[in-house]
Amino acid sequence: MTEIFDIITVGLFASAIRLATPIAFAALGGIFSERAGIINIGLEGMMLTCAFSAVAVTYFVGNPWIGVLIALLIGALQGLLHGLISIKFSGNQIVSGTGINIFALGFTAYMSQVIWGSRGASDAVQGIDPISIPLIKDIPIIGEIIGTHSPLVYILVILVILSYIILFKTPFGLRIRAVGEHPAAADTAGVNVFQIKYLCVIISGIFAGFGGAFLSLGHLNIFALGMTGGRGFIALAAMIFGGWMPAGAFGASLLFGFSDALQLRLQILGILPSQIILTIPYILTIIVLAGVIGRVMPPSDYKPYVRE
Amino acid sequence: MPELNEKISDKNTKITETSQKIIVKFQSEFKSIIPQLIAIFIALLVGAIVLLASGFSPIQAYGSLIIGAFGNINGIGQTLSQATPIVFTALAFLFAFKAGLFNIGAEGQLLIGALAAALVGISLNGLPSIVHIPLALLAGAFFGGLWALIPALLKTELGANEVITTMMLTYVATYFTGYLVNDIFKEPGWVAQTPPIAASAELPRILLPTQLSASLIIGIILVALTFYTLKRTVLGYEIRAIGLNPLAAESGGINVKKGLIIALVVSGALAGLGGAGEILGVHRRYIDGFSPGYGWDGLAVALMGGLDPIGALLASLLFGILRSGGMTMNRVTGVPIDIITILQALIILFVAAPVMFKILYKRGKKND
Repeated sequence: MTEIFDIITVGLFASAIRLATPIAFAALGGIFSERAGIINIGLEGMMLTCAFSAVAVTYFVGNPWIGVLIALLIGALQGLLHGLISIKFSGNQIVSGTGINIFALGFTAYMSQVIWGSRGASDAVQGIDPISIPLIKDIPIIGEIIGTHSPLVYILVILVILSYIILFKTPFGLRIRAVGEHPAAADTAGVNVFQIKYLCVIISGIFAGFGGAFLSLGHLNIFALGMTGGRGFIALAAMIFGGWMPAGAFGASLLFGFSDALQLRLQILGILPSQIILTIPYILTIIVLAGVIGRVMPPSDYKPYVRE
Repeated sequence: MPELNEKISDKNTKITETSQKIIVKFQSEFKSIIPQLIAIFIALLVGAIVLLASGFSPIQAYGSLIIGAFGNINGIGQTLSQATPIVFTALAFLFAFKAGLFNIGAEGQLLIGALAAALVGISLNGLPSIVHIPLALLAGAFFGGLWALIPALLKTELGANEVITTMMLTYVATYFTGYLVNDIFKEPGWVAQTPPIAASAELPRILLPTQLSASLIIGIILVALTFYTLKRTVLGYEIRAIGLNPLAAESGGINVKKGLIIALVVSGALAGLGGAGEILGVHRRYIDGFSPGYGWDGLAVALMGGLDPIGALLASLLFGILRSGGMTMNRVTGVPIDIITILQALIILFVAAPVMFKILYKRGKKND
C-alpha cells in the first residue's frame, strides 16, 4: 500500500492549486452575481466560450495576453446577455444560464472545426509562462507548492482579497449586498438596483473569462472540447460551501482542486478503473453540497426585481 | 316539417357556434405560440449569420437540412426517429418543472435507463416478446427514476440544489455507463458496446426500412397521460400547487416533500424510458455515447412547447427535423453538425426572454 502514499507529493499540492484556479475564479464570479440576487448557472458555458476565445485569439494574434483580454471581454458580454434576459426581460435565470451553457457547447465545437478542422482539440498556441515569486520560491516545500505558477494564479489571490474588500469594506459592496438582500429597500434608499445588478452579472462574466483563459492558456495551451468538464457547476458548489464569501469559496475550490489532482494520480496507479476515479470530483461536489446546506443561508431570494 | 327545419337550423347555429369557438380557440392558441415562432425565426437568422461568417451558404445549409428531413421516406423516418427520445426527455423536464424543480440531468437518467433496458434485453432469454419488451421498458423507467431519486432525496432531506446535483449526476452517469460498457458488459471487439439484445426484446419498427420504432407510439401515449395527470388528477393538482407556491401548498395540507420526490422520480423515469426505447427500438444494443444530447434537447423542447405536453410533442418534431436534417446538411455541405446545438441554444435564450417580445410588440403597436 506504499504506492498510495507515494502519490502524496509536493507536486500533488502544486497541481491541486493549478486545478483549483479555474473553479475559484468562477466561484468568485458566482459570489458577485448571487450577492446581487442573480443565479448564474451559465458560468460553465461562459468559461468554455472564454477558454475557446483565449486560444482562438492567441492563435491569430500570437500574444496570449491579448487572448486573455479578449476572453475577459467575451465573458463580460455573456454576463451582459445573462443580465439582459434575467433583469430586463424578466426571463428565468436558470433557463438563461442553461441556454448560455448549451450555446457554449455548440459554438466552441463548431468554431473549432471551422478554424482548426478538428472537433476534439485546437492546435497548440503560445501559452502564458509561469513565473516564480522571489524569496517565497526558496522556502522549502512551501516554495515548491506555491512559489512557481501561472501569473493568473497570483492574480486570482489578489482578486480574492480585492473581492472581499469591495464586497464588505466599500459603499459599493454595501449597495451590492443591499440589492441582493432587499432590493425594494435599496431602491427606496436611492440605490440604482438595476445598474448594480447589471454590473455584478458583468463582473461575474469577467471572472468566468479569467477562469476560462486560465484553463486553456495557463497550462495545456490548447482548447479541448468540453474542457471545463463541469467546473462551472463545481464552482457554484464551492461558492455555497464557502458561504458566499471570497476566502471561503477559495478554500472550497482548493478542496475540489485537490480531489481533482488526486483523481489524476489515482488513475496512474490503476487500482480502480479510470472512469470510476473520474467521478470522484463530481461525487465529492454532491456530498459537500448535501452536507453543508441548511447550515448556510443564501444572501438573497433571487427573484427578479420589479419596481412597484 | 317546420319542426324539422327548426331543428336543422338549430343544429346549424350550434355548428357555427362550435366552429366559431374552435376558431377563437385556435386564434388564441396561435397567438400563444407567436413568441416561439419568432424565437425560431430569430434563431435561424442568427444561425445564418454564423454560417455566413464562417464561409458557408445559409441557403445551401438550410436547404439541405429541409431536404434531408423531408426529402424521402428515409428522411421522414429519420426525423420522427430523432424526435422520439426528445418527446420523453421533454416530458421529463416539464413534469419536474411543474413542481418548480429544474431537472437538468435528464441526459444522465436517460443513459442509466438505457443501459438497464439493454441488460434486461440481453440477459432474460427465452421470454415471449409480450413479457420481455415491457420488462425491459420497466427496467429503463425504474432505473431512470432511481437515478433521479438521489437528487430528490438530497433536495427534500438536505436541501441540496437539484440544479447542481442533477448536473453532477449526469457526469457520474456518463462515466459510470462508460465504465460498464467498456469493461464489464463489453462485447468482445473494438467497439464500446454491449452484445445485441434478444430478438424477443426488440421493439417493432413501424416505418420500414427506416429505424423509426414503436417507441414513438409509447411517447405519444405518455404525452396524453402526462397531460391528463397534470390537468385532471389530484397528483397533478398537488404538483402544480407545489410549483406555484410550496409554502401555500404546505399550509393547504399538501405533502410538499412527497410531491417533490414523486415529481422528480417520475421525471427521471420518463427520461429512462426514452433511453430504453432508443436501445430496444433503434440500436438493439447499448453503444457508448449513443445519445447526442437528447437530455438537453428535451429541456429546449419543453420550453419551446410552452411547458405543455402537447406543445412539447410539436416542438420535439422541430428538433427531430433539426437533428435528422442536420446530418444531411453535414454530409452535403460540410457544415459542422454543431450548428444545430447553436440553433437550439439560441431558441432557448430567445424563448427565455418572453418579455422581449412584449416590449417589441408594444413598440410596434405604438409605431402603427
